[in-house]
Amino acid sequence: MSDLTKMTLSGALDGMAKGDFSSEELTKAHIDACMDGADLNAFITTTFEQAIEGAKASDARRASGTVGKLEGAPLAIKDLFCTEGVKTTAGSKILGDFTPTYESTVTANMKADGMVMLGKLNLDEFAMGSSNETSAFGPVINPWRNDVDLVPGGSSGGSASAVAADLCLGATATDTGGSIRQPASLTGTVGIKPTYGRCSRWGTVAFASSLDQAGPIAKTVKDSAILLESMAGYDPKDSTSINADVPDWVGACGQSVKGLRIGIPKEYQIDGMPADIQALWDQGIEWMKAAGAEIVPISLPHTKYALPAYYVVAPAEASSNLARYDGMRYGLRVDGKDLADTYERTRTEGFGDEVRRRIMIGTYVLSAGYYDAYYLRAQKVRTRIVQDFENAWETCDAILTPTAPSAAFAVGRKVSDPVQMYLNDIFTVTTNLAGLPGISVPAGLDKSGLPLGLQIIGRAMDEATVFKAASALEDAAGFTAKPEAWWK
Amino acid sequence: MAQPQNGVSAEDVKKIARLSRLHVEEDRLAPIAEDLNGILAWIEQLGEVDVEGVEPMTSAVDMAAPMRTDKVTDGGKRDEILKNAPKADDGFFVVPRSVE
Repeated sequence: MSDLTKMTLSGALDGMAKGDFSSEELTKAHIDACMDGADLNAFITTTFEQAIEGAKASDARRASGTVGKLEGAPLAIKDLFCTEGVKTTAGSKILGDFTPTYESTVTANMKADGMVMLGKLNLDEFAMGSSNETSAFGPVINPWRNDVDLVPGGSSGGSASAVAADLCLGATATDTGGSIRQPASLTGTVGIKPTYGRCSRWGTVAFASSLDQAGPIAKTVKDSAILLESMAGYDPKDSTSINADVPDWVGACGQSVKGLRIGIPKEYQIDGMPADIQALWDQGIEWMKAAGAEIVPISLPHTKYALPAYYVVAPAEASSNLARYDGMRYGLRVDGKDLADTYERTRTEGFGDEVRRRIMIGTYVLSAGYYDAYYLRAQKVRTRIVQDFENAWETCDAILTPTAPSAAFAVGRKVSDPVQMYLNDIFTVTTNLAGLPGISVPAGLDKSGLPLGLQIIGRAMDEATVFKAASALEDAAGFTAKPEAWWK
Repeated sequence: MAQPQNGVSAEDVKKIARLSRLHVEEDRLAPIAEDLNGILAWIEQLGEVDVEGVEPMTSAVDMAAPMRTDKVTDGGKRDEILKNAPKADDGFFVVPRSVE
């Protein structure tokens, strides 16, 4: 039998439907790949025994005529989604051995659709990071490398690395400032953040609630549509969940982009942009033109203020959300001389440097006397960014940009200034602030042979156009490069 | 590193840490202040934006807050809730003494 781990999710679902192989065979092949790939450190917890049991149960369901959307597909879950009976860490020490007694809505949807879960994937602590180096469980290694070990991006670094190395057919991820799309770009995979509210946040560990949104990382645009159709949907348990049907996104893939107006924002041409990335963006414009799209220059004048606004809003919300980790009800407790000292010791030992830094920034910008100057102003700037996009939609239907300002960089690269790391999200963070859908599609390799992605941004609720444009880009790019399997 | 107009001092860091329930050693106060000031200096460019008459954004997608019937739909899960407690006894969380 050919290597089942080289298949796409779509191909594997078809193969099982035709009876070419069982979920058990497919799952076992992926478990072997996961074991071979242990050095990538993509997983925090593996659930191989339950996966084999789950695959057998799926095969039995199929035999009796019940076939879900993800029936029998071995997938992996970012360790930010609570999974019943399986330890959930958020990449932090502070959750200790926390083992949820409930299931997040997103993973419950996927299980109801027949998913087989291989395990829980590594991530930056509480999804705060752009390199997966803030995880309490060690950095994830990118399967792509040039002489040295490279980061897979973050925060969904485990998800991106596992999909790129064929350890699973697809993975869940979350995106607060670019945490799905930037790692997808750095690993040659596809990642989509849908419109805010498409996927329920219930049961997902909170970072910044007005920005957090789940989505998949996958091998192809169509695979990402299959996964998102399962993950999304209205959930009364999340008051920001959008009460709308999930459209046929798989059907949108492959539709013609003839006459589609693609906006090119001049503000995304930043100083110091690597020539390879500029060239790829220009190439992307040519590809869309050749596919029949109309290219429209647009302006998003408040782009440069998006990241600073994000670094007020996200830490403010994080400092509030993370107040719940008090060492009393679940997770780590470090005893001190009194209650206040116990709180402080627990939180100081439990949280890593970056998380503590953001909690302090957030506490400061929300504190008496500074709320108006920082938080309120940032939320007004956010409205300006939304208005920029609304003006752009007058003349275009989707926007094409680079996904990230660089290719993968070396693990352990010294970053003395936190702001330098934050700049990784410069092209992705605007859509989080405005709540819009954005996808990263692998489009080429840089001079040193590392993958680079291009991003398509769409109107709120218009993922269909995003999938349509992304699949046109995917077809034109014909990106088939895979990393050499050095980790086996 | 750039300095913000309204920077924080080592003393301010102590206060912020206290509000955040984080313990910071004395010798770390100044380096953390420097870190925070680098970020705050960068954030201060938001002051350039004209936000006169602009409403703050409160929701990413325009929708009304959903209403639901006021009735109990979940509960009776004491043991499940205590299952992950660092210390529990006889159906209660055990916490450090807070009243002398």
